[in-house]
Amino acid sequence: MGIFLFKTVFFTVIPPLKFVRVLKQIRFIGFHSTVLILLTGGFAGMVLGFQGYYSLSRFGSDAFLGPVVALSLIKELGPVLSALMVTGRAGSAITAEIGIMRISEQIDALKLMGLNPYRYLVVPNLIAGMIALPLLGAIFDVAGIFGGYLIGVKLLGLSAGTYFGEMATHVNIKDVIEGIYKSFSFGIIIIWVSCFKGYYTGIFTGFGAEGVSKSTTQAVVLSSVLILVWDYFMTSVLF
Amino acid sequence: MIKIKDIHKSFDEKEVLKGISFEIKKGDIIALIGGSGCGKSVLLKHVAGLLQPDHGQVSVDGKDISLLSGRELKKLRSRLGFLFQGGALFDSMTVFENVAFPLEEKTRLSTKIIQERVLNELERVGLSGSEHKYPSQISGGMLKRAALARALVMDPEIMLFDEPTTGLDPVIGLAILSLIDSCHKQLSFTGILVTHEIPRVLDIVDRVVMIHEGVVLADETPQGFFSSGDPIIQGFIGKTAEGS
Repeated sequence: MGIFLFKTVFFTVIPPLKFVRVLKQIRFIGFHSTVLILLTGGFAGMVLGFQGYYSLSRFGSDAFLGPVVALSLIKELGPVLSALMVTGRAGSAITAEIGIMRISEQIDALKLMGLNPYRYLVVPNLIAGMIALPLLGAIFDVAGIFGGYLIGVKLLGLSAGTYFGEMATHVNIKDVIEGIYKSFSFGIIIIWVSCFKGYYTGIFTGFGAEGVSKSTTQAVVLSSVLILVWDYFMTSVLF
Repeated sequence: MIKIKDIHKSFDEKEVLKGISFEIKKGDIIALIGGSGCGKSVLLKHVAGLLQPDHGQVSVDGKDISLLSGRELKKLRSRLGFLFQGGALFDSMTVFENVAFPLEEKTRLSTKIIQERVLNELERVGLSGSEHKYPSQISGGMLKRAALARALVMDPEIMLFDEPTTGLDPVIGLAILSLIDSCHKQLSFTGILVTHEIPRVLDIVDRVVMIHEGVVLADETPQGFFSSGDPIIQGFIGKTAEGS
C-alpha cells in the first residue's frame, strides 16, 4: 500500500494532469455528497444542541452552547463524520468501479494503449478527495451549527446573540485550520485505501463479483478505522 | 517480427508454460490453439508485456520486451492492438467514445478528424448507427466488433486476439472471424489469434501453433496441421469440430 501511495503522489506532482477527470471526480465525490452532508451535519448539530444544552445547564453554563457546538463540530465531528459519510458513499463506489475495471480487463486495456492507469483512475480521485473533503467538512460544520441554533435558540429559548456571540469569542482560526487539516488528510486516506483495494481486486480478494464485493467491504472498513486512528494521532500528537 | 524463445511461466507452483518457442514473420497471422487452461492467453499476455516470463524471452523486432524501459514499452504498445476475450470496453463510455479514446489520448488529431476516423472504423466492423450505445446496451457480437474497432483505430502493426469468438453463436463467431480476415488483408498486421475455432480458423491463418501440456506440440501450416497423424491433434480437431 505504501508503494501504491508513493506512485500516486509521484504521478500527481509530475504532469500531465487529467484536468477534466479531476473536475468530474470533484463533482462525484464532493457535489453529489452535499445533500448527505447537509442532512447528517444538521442532525449531528441538533443532537449536540440538545445534549450540550442539558449538560451545560446543569452547571449554569448554557450560554456556552454556541462554542461547544461549534468547537465539537469544527475540530472533530465535522471532519470525522463527513469523512465517514464520504467513505460509505464515494469510497465504496470508487473501489467497486476500479475493481470491476480490473476484473473486466479494462485496466489492462488502458496499459495496452500505452496509458498510465494511475493518471486516469487514481490521481484524479486523490486530487478531488483533497479538495472535496475540506469543503464537505465546512458544509457539515455550517449545517451542524445551524442545527444547534434551531434546537438551542428556536426550541430551548437561548438568545441568538448569546449563541453566536460566544461562538465568535471562543472559536478562533486555529480551530478552523485544525479541522481543514484533518479533512484534507482524511481525503487522502479514503482515496488511497479505496483506489488500492479496487486496483488490486483479484490479487488480494479473488476474482468475479465476490472479489469486488470483498474489496469494497475491506475498503470501507479499513478507511473508517484509519480515519479514526489518524484522527486520534492528529489530535494527540499534532495539536 | 515476433520471436518467442523458451518461455516458462508458473502460477502458485503450477507450471503452465514449460518452454514455448516459435516465431512469427511480419504480416503473418497464426492461430494459437490448445485445450482450456493450457496457457494460450497467458502466452498472449507475455507478448503484450502484461506478464513477465519466469524464464525465456519475447522479442519484437529483435528487442527483448522484458528489457524495455517504461517509455520503450509504451512505444511498443502504441504499435500493438489487443482484442480481449470480454472486449474490455470502458463501460462508462459509449461505443463512439471507446473507439475515440486512444485517438484522443495518444494523438493530437482534431476532433473532426477523430470523428471521421472513428465512424470509418465503426463502418468497417459493421457498427454504423450504434455509436451512441453503451457496451451494456449491445449484443456480444457487437461488443466484440466495437472492441475490434477500438483495437484497430490506431492502425496497429501487431494484433493479438484473445478468443474473439468465445461466447458467440456459430454464425456470429464466423462473422467475427471473417471480419478479422478482411481487416488483416486490408491492414496487413502481424497477428496471433488465440482460438478454439478449428477448423473454421484454418482458412484465415498462415500457421497453427498448438500448445499441449505447456509445450508446443505442433507448429504447422493449416494444411499440415489438418492432415497431421498425431492422435492428440486429431483428437483436438475432432472435439472442436463437434463443439462447433
